[in-house]
Amino acid sequence: MSDQAYIDQGPLIPRNRAAHPVPYDPDYKTSVPRSPNQPLLSMESTLSEETGPRFGHSMLGPLDNNLILNYSKDAAKPAVGERILMHGRVLDEMGRPVPHTLVEIWQANAGGRYRHVKDGYLAPLDPNFGGCGRTLTDENGCYEFLTIRPGAYPWPNRGNDWRPMHIHISVFGHSFGQRLITQMYFEGDPLIERCPIAATVKSRSQLDRLVAPLDMAKARPLDFLAYKFDIVLRGRRQTMFENRMEGL
Amino acid sequence: MVQKLDTLVETPSQTAGPYVHIGCIPSFAGLEGVYPEDLGLRAIEDGAEGEVITITGSIYDGTGWAMRDAMFESWQADASGRFAGQQGADPKVNGFCRFAADKDTGEFTLTTVKPGATPTRAGGQQAPHIALWIVARGINIGLQTRIYFEDEDNSADPLLARIEQRNRVETLVAKKTGEGQYRFDIYLQGAQETVFLDL
Ligand SMILES: [Fe+2]
Repeated sequence: MSDQAYIDQGPLIPRNRAAHPVPYDPDYKTSVPRSPNQPLLSMESTLSEETGPRFGHSMLGPLDNNLILNYSKDAAKPAVGERILMHGRVLDEMGRPVPHTLVEIWQANAGGRYRHVKDGYLAPLDPNFGGCGRTLTDENGCYEFLTIRPGAYPWPNRGNDWRPMHIHISVFGHSFGQRLITQMYFEGDPLIERCPIAATVKSRSQLDRLVAPLDMAKARPLDFLAYKFDIVLRGRRQTMFENRMEGL
Repeated sequence: MVQKLDTLVETPSQTAGPYVHIGCIPSFAGLEGVYPEDLGLRAIEDGAEGEVITITGSIYDGTGWAMRDAMFESWQADASGRFAGQQGADPKVNGFCRFAADKDTGEFTLTTVKPGATPTRAGGQQAPHIALWIVARGINIGLQTRIYFEDEDNSADPLLARIEQRNRVETLVAKKTGEGQYRFDIYLQGAQETVFLDL
């Protein structure tokens, strides 16, 4: 038996599944055998979802959020490609910043090739590009990565499907139930409209939230362009009626 | 018209894709040298209190194929039911672990301590369990499930009690195969479909 007292920070707000992609979408063929058929079991969150791993600055290296240099680790050997700053804020549904949370990204190189044992695309590997990075948000929930714009790439699905340029993003938040992996697309890419993975998000306004706008306010002249990508994680219900006092 | 609510909507998920490993466990995927080691390599450190256990299993798609590309994250309490970060928690228990299906066999292995029971908001208890989050190509939003244990008393667990089809409770219960050894298979579809959660 547990002798632990319940530490109540309020339950997570139930997930609005309509804001997310549909699990089953025949145009994204792999989702057909990989989507559960039975409904999910919905319940109020418990400690297992309301707590979660926390990560500190001590695990981060100085180049972890610089994908242009974090593979070669040599300023004279930068990755090939269009230099960009990817930045934004992590907030929760109540609009509060999510500080000190781990954000991880991964992406293809400028030619559309991943440095992964399973990727055999024609485009060559860049000897100076690994393709992963990580950082912690600051006290305001802000994060930044310096990277190169990834190339589009073809993938086996329908006869001629291509992924739009995209960066994969993983965010922890402060509780395991907030865990989210998504993808950032780039303003103006004509492949977004043709992508069956992007199209698993059925709400147009929600899909738009995955498209990062060009942000010239953060672009550095003669150096890099910038794209802004804000991320909203689940929030918690906090009302004055959550904690029932003893005897009430 | 009414006032506009100022709550935000969660960012939509997208599939983690086939190359999730290079972002989350790059050394596992042959991308070495960016980080000293992969995040979440161990659920526990040497000296953690409690029974050290190994859970082995596979995740099967709707055709019965053991998926080779899935990635898992686990989160759990220590042997006395405290989560990392809570007062009195075992400092040798990270609670969090990342692991992947083997690229040749599809089998995964998690070594950890058996968690203790944890309290509920209503003043009850949850039976010992490990929360599991699963991502892969073809999974558009990460799947939540739980690993319970067949040699624990699961009779009063509030989540298991909510499962109407009692035969499906078994899908969340790891089978003991030896001393400290458990088997936990996950089925995405079919008669044995695992109960997936929305909490
Ligand atoms: Fe990708």
